[in-house]
Amino acid sequence: MQDLADITDQKRKELDLAQIRRKFPVLDQKVNGKPLAYFDNAATTQKPDQVIEALKHYYENDNSNIHRGAHTLASRATERFEKTRNSLKSFINAPSAEEVIFTKGTTDSINLVASTFGKKFIKAGDEVIISTMEHHSNIVPWQMLCEENDAHLKIIPVSDSGELDLQAYKQLLSAKTRLVAVVHASNALGTINPVKTMIDLAHEQGAKFLVDGAQSAAHLNVDVQELDCDFFAFSAHKMYGPTGVGVLYGKRELLEWMPPYQGGGEMIHEVTFAKTTYNEIPYKFEAGTPNIADVIAFDAALAFINDLGKDAIRNQETKLLNHAFDSCAAIKGFVPVGTARDKVSVLSFTINNMHSFDVGMMLDASGIAVRTGHHCTQPLMNRFGIEGTVRASFAVYNTIEEIDRLYESLARIAKRKN
Amino acid sequence: MPSIEAVQKDIIDEFEILGDDKESTIFYIMELGDKLPAFPEAEKTEENIIKGCQSKVWLTTDLRDGQVYFLADSNTDITKGLISLLIRVLSGRKAKEILDADLYFIEKIGMGNIIGSQRSNGLAAMIKQMKLFALAYQSKIDA
Repeated sequence: MQDLADITDQKRKELDLAQIRRKFPVLDQKVNGKPLAYFDNAATTQKPDQVIEALKHYYENDNSNIHRGAHTLASRATERFEKTRNSLKSFINAPSAEEVIFTKGTTDSINLVASTFGKKFIKAGDEVIISTMEHHSNIVPWQMLCEENDAHLKIIPVSDSGELDLQAYKQLLSAKTRLVAVVHASNALGTINPVKTMIDLAHEQGAKFLVDGAQSAAHLNVDVQELDCDFFAFSAHKMYGPTGVGVLYGKRELLEWMPPYQGGGEMIHEVTFAKTTYNEIPYKFEAGTPNIADVIAFDAALAFINDLGKDAIRNQETKLLNHAFDSCAAIKGFVPVGTARDKVSVLSFTINNMHSFDVGMMLDASGIAVRTGHHCTQPLMNRFGIEGTVRASFAVYNTIEEIDRLYESLARIAKRKN
Repeated sequence: MPSIEAVQKDIIDEFEILGDDKESTIFYIMELGDKLPAFPEAEKTEENIIKGCQSKVWLTTDLRDGQVYFLADSNTDITKGLISLLIRVLSGRKAKEILDADLYFIEKIGMGNIIGSQRSNGLAAMIKQMKLFALAYQSKIDA
């Protein structure tokens, strides 16, 4: 019992921020003469030294093509590549590792579903439901598919606070709905959507459900079996991992039934000029040599997250978000965009009488990195009647002191026109 | 009216005083934009937008007594400040002078470092558009 209590204490204790920051070499630099405060984590997070080391180690020791080589290096690389798949299975609690497919990123994962599941399953007159707060990556593939197949795209509206209108969603759902594709956490507003409820509602109508988890995978506990989602898509580079690696989780029965995505090596069982038979999942969807080094290094990023624990990470990020919101709200001319009750660590805002580009440039002059513009969510910006916002998005390595600097700089900038 | 050479020298001197401090430099550029004469709302048309800029920039021109005059506006303050510098150097001059102008002050004041590569492309687009207007006037004069 004593041991258990100790472990719980350990899990509960505050994260050692100084120790975490030391793992990220990129954070230790000056930008425009000021210490860097990196608040563009929703675009991409920085990488801990264990990820950088894993990349280096792979190229220095194990570099080899995977799955077919008859030599030691090939089997070492294959083993490590498949180890990441297994880690991901646990990370999202997938029933099996074969249901975890490697892609180039969330965009690629969504396009895979649109090109395979979509083409086979979505016919003329059918309906696909998305929401107003989707990233362009979860709009355009469905628009293209609907146009090609004469299907219809239906849109769930968003409230003034940046939450989905669930009543409207229920009304949009019908026997014609084939697929619902909705973002788990909004990249532009931070809103966490009640996807579990939405998935259950979709299933009642016989529709399948894709969750865009690009902004949730690093911040929230994800259990695909508990959610009962049919597809879950996310990217490594937004969760302390390398760029160029994405994941698509899909339910086995769907993946087996879906046609392949791209043709080429790896995805085949046997090729003759008369007929080609396809490989089993997941390889059926992984044509060509994959991004081996980055997939292997991704495992180190998952270990980084698991070591800290998602609850502790979320706790720290919520503290940062609340502090940022409370202090910046006092600035004259500061207008928050997206005030949902349940949010990941995204502070999106405008400053009265100022363009977001100008605010971003001035913050950069103070060493503070933010994103400005429409964040690839133009329909959402139109919904709020704005061209864009300034977005500060926080990760586990950000500090209260950095947020105080954001507040001080913003107060000075806003004063110019307010 | 001081020569293009003299105006460029003035600008270089002004930016030298600001030194390496990026924040004061950007604030200064924005203040320059604030001082631009008002741009008529009716002229903010698709036709008057300069292509190739990240932010919106409207530019109009007219020829009075053989001199080319420019009027501009932007939806972002920094861009407005940048184009105000170009106007300060080029507006109210003969078309030929504009065409021949070597705008070395941009490099001298380290504009590339201040605004970054994406905005530098936008600045190049503004200069190109101003020179195109001058070229059109010059060909009229030559004809």
